[in-house]
Amino acid sequence: MSAALGPTVFGIDPLYVGGVGLAEVLITLLKVGVAFAVLLVAVMLMIWFERKLISDMQNRIGPNLAGPFGIFQTLADGIKLFFKEDLIPEQSDRLVFKLAPYLSLVPAFLVFAVVPVGGDFSGGDGRVTLFGHETFLQVSDPPVGILLVLAMSSVAVYGVMLAGWSSGSKYPLLASVRASAQMVSYEAALGLSLAAVLLKSGSLSTNQIVAEQSVWNWNLWVTWVVPMVIFLIAATAELNRPPFDLVEAEQELVGGFHTEYSSIRFALFFLAEFMNTITMSAIIVTLFLGGPNGPDFTTVGWLSGLLWFFIKLMLFLFAFVWLRATLPRFRYDQLMDLGWKLLIPLSLGWLLVLASYDVAGDRGWNRAAAVIVMLAIMAALAGLLALALRAARQRRELDPQGGFA
Amino acid sequence: METAVFIVCAAIVLAGALGVVLARNPVHAALSLVGTLFGMAVLFLNLEAHFLAAVQIIVYAGAIVVLFLFVIMLLGVDRLEDLSVEPITGQRTLAILVGLGTFVLAVAFLLSSSIGPTGPKILTLDITENFDQYSNLRQIADVLFTDYVYAFEATAALLTISVVGAVVMSRRMARSDEAQESAGDD
Repeated sequence: MSAALGPTVFGIDPLYVGGVGLAEVLITLLKVGVAFAVLLVAVMLMIWFERKLISDMQNRIGPNLAGPFGIFQTLADGIKLFFKEDLIPEQSDRLVFKLAPYLSLVPAFLVFAVVPVGGDFSGGDGRVTLFGHETFLQVSDPPVGILLVLAMSSVAVYGVMLAGWSSGSKYPLLASVRASAQMVSYEAALGLSLAAVLLKSGSLSTNQIVAEQSVWNWNLWVTWVVPMVIFLIAATAELNRPPFDLVEAEQELVGGFHTEYSSIRFALFFLAEFMNTITMSAIIVTLFLGGPNGPDFTTVGWLSGLLWFFIKLMLFLFAFVWLRATLPRFRYDQLMDLGWKLLIPLSLGWLLVLASYDVAGDRGWNRAAAVIVMLAIMAALAGLLALALRAARQRRELDPQGGFA
Repeated sequence: METAVFIVCAAIVLAGALGVVLARNPVHAALSLVGTLFGMAVLFLNLEAHFLAAVQIIVYAGAIVVLFLFVIMLLGVDRLEDLSVEPITGQRTLAILVGLGTFVLAVAFLLSSSIGPTGPKILTLDITENFDQYSNLRQIADVLFTDYVYAFEATAALLTISVVGAVVMSRRMARSDEAQESAGDD
């Protein structure tokens, strides 16, 4: 369609401007390979980090035998799992049973493709020069970048759901029904809190979103903190991490959706789970904390971006482990209440507040007044919702059989 | 290149569609449907309709088929169906007739239109200068919130009403059951 911009199917990338030759293909392949390898190594380190940190928090030593500080423990576990016998239950649906782990794993990898991990965004749009070619430090920058994240997180539901169903056993089925209900509900909150960011940056492309945020002017402040809190909670639920890990509630479900899995397939599920933790943290950094943005404290232009990104990423990874060590698991009805009755209305309302602020600016109205009016309307609606919920609860108590809970 | 992608995707779409019809297990049928939807999404990408491709996956694959699967699993109908019984008499003949009719209509439409089934392309802007205008999210939004705003709002209202209706009906059902249990109580 446009010769000047090159193929836009894979996104707008300065690399493809002026045609695609062998060098461009090789650079793209290199980026894909590096992203793949980095993710795998990151998962290995993340599992070690989590086990080590959580044992510190619980006054234990944790893995300490394989390699210095036990850093190769994950590798050892992986090799062990790889060589274990692969069992497929008699009652299972064999094809789907084999397919399910990949449906978990592939989306986990793909999400990372749209994350800009580095580049100099101070003034520019994060271009770096790789082997004499200008490009972005992300595998791909599709025009709908952030929707790809949502799409992949909705595809990941299939992995969990089908794994539970195809096992042909009741605990995995229960867990997978629970999990898919949870993931589908929290996707709504995830998407709505994300809409606030999109409203402010005016683009779906992750590169643009990062470029819109300058050194300190992060979306966290621009959207007034609330969307990030909602996103963080919804992401934790989407990742099935504690305190929302009902999917793997060992005490109630034996193991969870992967009870019947063993050997390498089991390892694939865990690989996907930890990879999702990393990629989701990276997405939060990209959306709310300005990605690689930050004051340049090195003299090398490209290094600062990478370091800032890594520091911010570690903050969230640490927070996820911290949550796991601290918070007790939610009950199922509490989980659904939080998602549907608090997070979704709140994120929708906040989006309207932000929009009213923008509209007031465009029309030359008093911005503060517009926001105060919107907040008053929100408060009134929240009051109505609370009233309705209270009335429903009272009726349920009077008449426990009537209607649905 | 575009033709090659089209051929591969068309094959996937058709294989998925056949799978939906022919698979005896409802879960396999639903999975075939997902395959079809993914093929369609790539076809949209091939036409540089990125937004439609993403929405196709988020809404159809991510929400609707998940709900199908959810219902199948919750109701426990995930078993092989007995295809020898015909719940509504004559439904197979009717299905074949309607299917053929739709096919003939589609082919006739394709053959009769000179500018292709989707009409002329709206995009007339210089892409290199108007990167933002080029984004098809913006194009869709422009059309949706100007020319088709009433249709859009009406659809939104319809969906809301159907949700409210579903809730009301499911609550009513539960109560009428109870009323039958305690008949003559009131």
